[in-house]
Amino acid sequence: MKPDQQKTVTGARATVILYTIAAIISLAGLADAAYLTILALTGETAACGGSTGCFEVLGSIYARIAGIPVAAFGVLGYFAAFLFATFIACGYNRLRRFFTLTVGTMFAMTLWLLYVQAFRLHAYCRYCLFSAALTFLLAGLVVASPAPRD
Amino acid sequence: MKRFLPFVIVAAVALITVGGGALLYRARLAALRAVPKSLTAEEKAELGHLRGDVKAPVTIEEFGDFQCPPCGTLASDMQKLEKLYGPRLRVIFRQYPLAIHNHALEAALASEAAGLQDHFWEMHDLLYREQAIWSKLPDAVALFNGYAGTLGLDLERFKRDMQSPEAKARIAADQKRATSLGVNSTPTLFLNGTKLEFSSVNLAGLSKLIDEATKPKPSPK
Repeated sequence: MKPDQQKTVTGARATVILYTIAAIISLAGLADAAYLTILALTGETAACGGSTGCFEVLGSIYARIAGIPVAAFGVLGYFAAFLFATFIACGYNRLRRFFTLTVGTMFAMTLWLLYVQAFRLHAYCRYCLFSAALTFLLAGLVVASPAPRD
Repeated sequence: MKRFLPFVIVAAVALITVGGGALLYRARLAALRAVPKSLTAEEKAELGHLRGDVKAPVTIEEFGDFQCPPCGTLASDMQKLEKLYGPRLRVIFRQYPLAIHNHALEAALASEAAGLQDHFWEMHDLLYREQAIWSKLPDAVALFNGYAGTLGLDLERFKRDMQSPEAKARIAADQKRATSLGVNSTPTLFLNGTKLEFSSVNLAGLSKLIDEATKPKPSPK
């Protein structure tokens, strides 16, 4: 095998591994966001151990956009990230830009939600922080993934 | 085949998410809205807050405080028992808010105010389920108002009813009954009129007692 070919095979394998990890992270985020969406729809308060952070964050005006729970947008975002990551891991490399776009949007949204928790509500919800960590990991994977070879 | 693999995976995840989410949503909603419909207003007034079949062979009368942690644990056990024994068990809840708990009386009033809009048991379940959260707040009433909104109650009426003589009178009546029965702690339970030892007030202990009470008696020879 020529060095160029070997490089291509190694790059392809790295892509499969990285995007498989991204798909698994997205699944965790999907479960988290889906749980919060269900709580928002039933009107329950998420239990944050002994802290009241979840109630303060999830019950705030920032937890809904046009009446729709923010967590529902999280479900869409994570599902889209999962979809693109799965397809890319299976060789559909042309979807990379959509994955990057999705994760970029989620990253921006996460920064906004962290700002709201830190500076406007002065309260943190553990589920939201978990989701933020997952989005940061996804963003890290986007940066770490090898450049596509067309 | 490999070309179709991502389609299969994504479709499976979508199905699991939607299906699982819908099931979980329905289950939680059903738990929130479980409320007895079979009693008349007179029966309710006479019997206290009752859940289950009026003609059930076993009656558990509970004197509880919404802020007492063992009562919170017992609440989930009681729900399991109600599910397990169905029409064979009825539960009566009576208010016994302890002075040592700073929000107990407010919680009792909130449940009574919800009861005046026929949503006592939903508020009862919600207060116990969320006990760890509101117990630690400096102002729990704001959260109780939020619960009332969650349950679809008329919020203005709920706030008024929390201060109403009717809600206070109902709590006072339960406390009077507690005194007459020698109740001095929570949770105190009576099974078919017999006061239970605290050591029996748990899922296993109560199951055993209910089984004994519902066991068919041997016919005299």
